Amino acid sequence: MGQRQPQPPYDAEILRGHGLTPAEYARVEALLGRAPTWPELGVFSVMWSEHCAYKSSRVHLKRLPTTGPQVVQGPGENAGAIDGGDGWAVVFKMESHNHPSFIEPYQGAATGVGGILRDVFTMGARPIALLNALRFGRPEHPKTPHLVSGVVAGIGGYGNCIGVPTVGGDVMFDASYDGNILVNAFALGVAPKDRIFLGVAEGVGNPVFYVGSKTGRDGIHGATMASEEFSEGSEEKRPTVQVGDPFTEKLLLEACLDVMAEDILVGVQDMGAAGLTSSSCEMASRAGSGLVLHLDRVPMREQGMVPYELLLSESQERMLMVCARGKEARLIELVSRWGLDVCQVGEVTETGRFVCTWDGETVVDVPVAALVDEAPVYDRPQSPAPPAACVEALPEPSSVGKALLDLLGRPTIASKRWVYEQYDHMVRTGTVVRPGAGDAAVVRLPQTRRGIALSVDCNGRYCKLDPFVGGALAVVESALNVACVGARPQAITDCLNFASPERPEVMWQFAQAIDGIAAACRALDAPVVSGNVSLYNETNGVGIHPTPMIGMVGLLEDASTAVGSAWPAGRSLVLLGGAMPAFGGSEYLLMQGHALAGPLPDLDLPAARALIDLLLAAHGAGLVEAAHDASEGGLAVAVAEGCIQGDVGARVDLGATALALFGEAIGRVVVATGDAEALLARAQAAGVPARRLGFTGGDRLTLAGTDAALPVQALRAAWEGAFPAVVEG
Amino acid sequence: MRVAVVSFPGSNCDDDCVRVVGEVLGRTAYKVWHADHDLQGPDLVILPGGFSYGDYLRCGAISAHAPIMADVADFARRGGAVLGICNGFQILTEAGLLPGALHRNAGLHFICRDVHLRVEGLATPFTAGLAGRVLKVPVAHHDGNYHADADTLARLEGDGQVVLRYCHPDGVVDAAANPNGSLGHIAGIASAAGNVVGMMPHPERCAEPLLGNTDGLAFFQAALQTLGG
Repeated sequence: MGQRQPQPPYDAEILRGHGLTPAEYARVEALLGRAPTWPELGVFSVMWSEHCAYKSSRVHLKRLPTTGPQVVQGPGENAGAIDGGDGWAVVFKMESHNHPSFIEPYQGAATGVGGILRDVFTMGARPIALLNALRFGRPEHPKTPHLVSGVVAGIGGYGNCIGVPTVGGDVMFDASYDGNILVNAFALGVAPKDRIFLGVAEGVGNPVFYVGSKTGRDGIHGATMASEEFSEGSEEKRPTVQVGDPFTEKLLLEACLDVMAEDILVGVQDMGAAGLTSSSCEMASRAGSGLVLHLDRVPMREQGMVPYELLLSESQERMLMVCARGKEARLIELVSRWGLDVCQVGEVTETGRFVCTWDGETVVDVPVAALVDEAPVYDRPQSPAPPAACVEALPEPSSVGKALLDLLGRPTIASKRWVYEQYDHMVRTGTVVRPGAGDAAVVRLPQTRRGIALSVDCNGRYCKLDPFVGGALAVVESALNVACVGARPQAITDCLNFASPERPEVMWQFAQAIDGIAAACRALDAPVVSGNVSLYNETNGVGIHPTPMIGMVGLLEDASTAVGSAWPAGRSLVLLGGAMPAFGGSEYLLMQGHALAGPLPDLDLPAARALIDLLLAAHGAGLVEAAHDASEGGLAVAVAEGCIQGDVGARVDLGATALALFGEAIGRVVVATGDAEALLARAQAAGVPARRLGFTGGDRLTLAGTDAALPVQALRAAWEGAFPAVVEG
Repeated sequence: MRVAVVSFPGSNCDDDCVRVVGEVLGRTAYKVWHADHDLQGPDLVILPGGFSYGDYLRCGAISAHAPIMADVADFARRGGAVLGICNGFQILTEAGLLPGALHRNAGLHFICRDVHLRVEGLATPFTAGLAGRVLKVPVAHHDGNYHADADTLARLEGDGQVVLRYCHPDGVVDAAANPNGSLGHIAGIASAAGNVVGMMPHPERCAEPLLGNTDGLAFFQAALQTLGG
């Protein structure tokens, strides 16, 4: 092998291609006491990458609260876990697949789903729900329809095939994502609390097994430049976006769960980013052990592969398992039943070193600590972004009715039916509140009466205007959504999408958003149990809005008590929460052709907490028949959406000004109740501002003091028609 | 009633079918493995939904040749009750146990939503006593567009082998109620003898109050009655 591979000393171009600065490379040599071999250079390149080492974000992530009585597993493992009750752990995580999805929307999105599912079932949990948060550029941008269609088809293609329901999500459009869309995939699974599997390579002498798809040359990071050095002449360049195979992942899922049902494994980790390298190094690092891998034994998809490629390949649907000695035959039997490759590729050692051999020759011999603990950590310079301009007032609309219809037809606000009907959201027969039917999705906790509520949220415009407030509001909104269906918010996973950390303004946004999220998590007793950081989301120097996506998980003791957001007829509508609306970052502002501007609505975390507590108490007392939080589009949109979903009219007094009707605030919930007096009394006792808005009934939505008296049919036409128009023209 | 649910590689709805029969109806349901040759004496065999073999070839084409399918065919020939749901329906057509084929949906998208079905035609183990009923049941498929040649279609219609049609909530059948372009708005058909039925909608997904709809239970209850408790 490898006579043609580059030898040290490596020139500046090679180091740049591996993402290592001269200072970082000097540190590699110092740690090794010599120059790295070619495969070792590749290993350092991926282990010290932003993606694996969190080198720009780590100092800030430490400020997030990660503990609480509900936490079973905090950050640092493949996924986080909370106590679901009745002996169950609820395991979940969210992860980005932004860049691949922009290059190749179908496969990029599909493999994003595959990757996050592996993170969950690696823990021993059967996945029971998927969600996704998508951010696209302007609807009228020429690339947008193609990207939306491809991403939605890719998510559906993977999730539908593997048989995990996609039960919810969030889609927004904004010019800041024109050149850099966001595809964040969230997965949740359940496992017996005492059978959570961790990514640890423990027990000296235990065999290390490779399970799943064969390794190919796809997704080799940083090797594009270098691969030309390998090839005889002009071997064709391989695509760098991995291709998903959901069928193989389904087999891998079932095989893993079969294996995990018995006492066979010591540790297990999926091969995600940086493939074999990061899975083995992270497992050894967590256990404080060493590992030797015999790379020539790795199942290969094609001939002529070399250690460098095997170590860096990001081929999908692969797992690394540390098996208890004596259980090898059973492991092989169980996996083989599903027709998958399974073979021993190494052993756990006590050396603390990551060693790889090829035909008996050592090609990598590096201290695990050098790859993991010694990875560079940067506290990059920050500088505050200049405060955003503020609008004091906007002209009143000439027709409130028309303005409401226009808002309902904004793709960010409009019904996402076109999206979720392409996802199988019912398979596994656990979906209690379907997509589009409530503020959060609800699935049942298998074999119990309990329910799990899920919501993903973040308004990047708010974060652009003020990353602290925006980050906190994302947490608050996700908690309100979960509380609207009747679930107590428990914990979050986050997916932090930002532009280049090397720009001080972006680093400041990141640090501020972290502090905002941390403050809200503390106020709501919802710690962070897992997450992912995606930086460098920019094209030609133009960054995305800071978008720290929040995935909130809540629990209901009785899933059958979950409520949706469709107004029943003949009920009172009551507004809970006193957050004052503002035009800053609002959909109404942008609809006026206005540039993004403040002021943001105030952030009042104690008030948000009180509102959530009230909502849950009222829900417990049977006073909440439907609930919908007012977010994008403001109060009038929230009331109208409940009318459309319930196919019922309403006569309400929301105030007559554009600010009252269309201004936005996070911290207001509209509740349909059969006993408004009791609800108002509870609100007063709890110190939560509340007022009666009106009643549901008839087939028109009438807004008192305005010209709006709109047939529900017209509301529906505007709300349902907009999204298909974006993608299908 | 003993119900065998076949697990092919890529079956996703096998657990859901076992759950309805076992936990909701309190009868015996068990999974049988595609590579085996033992149905274990069932009264009813279900081929469940999913993406067997990833649907990477034509949907159901590979599963139709699974070892267990020889036993399913024998069972069906002897008059045994066989229900294919979604991918299971596709497998039955590929295996020649039902005529016709399921093409890609007319709209080319995967579709997951509730539809309404009108029950008609001959009395099968799954539809006996339901003729004339309109039931709300979800579909979730990419390839549910039923096609058959004109002669086959005429025979199906003439012999009452069309047992489920897409319709509006009031039972009216027309193109607007048809989610996938199926000829004759066909959602489900039966074999000439009526013991083998294929349907694209998923009755097992609407058989519990918690899921907001129990219309699907009617098919399972009909089977219970026909096949003897």
